[in-house]
Amino acid sequence: MVSTELGYDQLLSIAFSVPMPYEWSVGVYGSLFFHEIMNHNRFLGVRCPDCNKVYMPPRRLCGPCFKELDELVVLPNEGTIEAFSIVNYPFVDPNTGEQRPIPYTYGYIRIDGADTIFSHIINETDTRLIQVGMKVKAVFREKELMQGNVQDIKHFEIVNP
Amino acid sequence: MPGSVAIVGVGQTDHRSHRPDVNGREMIYEAVQRALLDCELSINHIDAIIIGNMDHFESINYVDTWSVEGSGAIMKPIMKVSTGGTTGASVAIAAYYHVASGLFDRVLAIGWEKNSESDTTGAIITCSDPVWDRFSYSGAIPSLATEASAYMNQYGVTQEDAARVTVRDRGNAVNNPHAHLRKPVSIHEVLASPMLAYPIKLLDICPRSDGAAAVIFASDGIAQRITPRPAWIKACSVRHTYTWFGDVDYKQGLVSLQRASAEAYLRAGIKSPADELDVAELYLPYSYAGLKWIEDLGFCARGEGAGFVEDGHTDIAGKIPVNPSGGVLSANCIGATALLRVGEAALQVMGKAGPRQIPDVKQALATGFGGCFWSDVLILGSGRP
Ligand SMILES: [Zn+2]
Repeated sequence: MVSTELGYDQLLSIAFSVPMPYEWSVGVYGSLFFHEIMNHNRFLGVRCPDCNKVYMPPRRLCGPCFKELDELVVLPNEGTIEAFSIVNYPFVDPNTGEQRPIPYTYGYIRIDGADTIFSHIINETDTRLIQVGMKVKAVFREKELMQGNVQDIKHFEIVNP
Repeated sequence: MPGSVAIVGVGQTDHRSHRPDVNGREMIYEAVQRALLDCELSINHIDAIIIGNMDHFESINYVDTWSVEGSGAIMKPIMKVSTGGTTGASVAIAAYYHVASGLFDRVLAIGWEKNSESDTTGAIITCSDPVWDRFSYSGAIPSLATEASAYMNQYGVTQEDAARVTVRDRGNAVNNPHAHLRKPVSIHEVLASPMLAYPIKLLDICPRSDGAAAVIFASDGIAQRITPRPAWIKACSVRHTYTWFGDVDYKQGLVSLQRASAEAYLRAGIKSPADELDVAELYLPYSYAGLKWIEDLGFCARGEGAGFVEDGHTDIAGKIPVNPSGGVLSANCIGATALLRVGEAALQVMGKAGPRQIPDVKQALATGFGGCFWSDVLILGSGRP
């Protein structure tokens, strides 16, 4: 008879660390949004004709109204901090397989004229210098380096009052 | 009209940070076996099974198929229900639907997770939109931290106010032999713990646990024969709202919980929840939720959560004891977490909660939280509806 007893340090596990590639469609409205950044350094939103809400980034569907949207609106590259957190723990970014640099500030920004919040990075990690309600402005990548993704916005910076 | 349905059996593992001694299906078996023992049924009595966990957490998909040895589902109807953090409550509600429909008499609900088998933060990041949100998103902690930052700004709440919620839940866990973290902590220890994502510190947030829960639902007429004091489902309500993080309006409170609880209270005939409920097992994944979300549940007015907790109203001997089990801050096997809230609420109604029993519970509340600020609510009672 073989015993079923086994020490904790003798328990085995199998590791898996192979990258699995995917390719995600950005869609018409998302592609237009990134082209607008590349060409004009400004944002696009879309208005729902039923509830009048302006979504930024633009999307094809209003969920609550269950309605297709097509009224694109140009929005400025400025907004207000609605909420934020300063991320201070190390973790591996599943998009890159690398540790994301910390600390960094995860910001929820309401772009002027939009009714939804846009999540991005704010380049201020000192809790004494950042507050809900502060005005921020987008800082874009140099045009020749733009790739048509959300990192064409480098970060948002606090606008001095 | 739906038939009346009651919970007759509850089982759970002893939750730990790492269970290298079992694989997923073996861990599921432990909880199922304990639930069957609790109500003296055998797996042959079970007509159907609902199972759920977090998609892709263990990178073994189709848990409904690969777990059958442990779930007991061989040659039975089984389906998987997965709704993110609310999974455990959704599994319970789906089991309720099965029995209430009249098609099944005894249904087993299972929730489980082996958080130790993946990088939880990496896995949660993959639930965010890959085009828009994933670049800046960093898992569950900062999306809760942003909520906290807005709430603190709105009502002048402090980190110390939030710490009292951790102190309460971790203190209660001492009475729960199944909890993962059973060491009480002080306000000072919470405030001095490392800052993970402002304003959330290590002791403000739930742990990552390995564990499983199993709850057995039975129909009217059969439930009473299985156990003398079943926990009847008086109401359940689901509000799954947004999918874009940016659609949440923080100033409105947790709208999904406001709506779900309002509907459940209406169905259960509850007008003043803090007075009429005898205990609440709330899915509070971080301390600040224990202030803000009890306002959304109507335990107190908006902006008064911190005072309500500080005054002791949510303590074991308070007006509405919250989380006698120690809650999510003391054990968090995610797919099981909301089912544990339902199971613990049922144990309270059945009078079987052992050292964590609140005396004479007639009506208990359980909640689930997850997705993108989604909420599930169940109300259990000792009287057949
Ligand atoms: Zn609309």
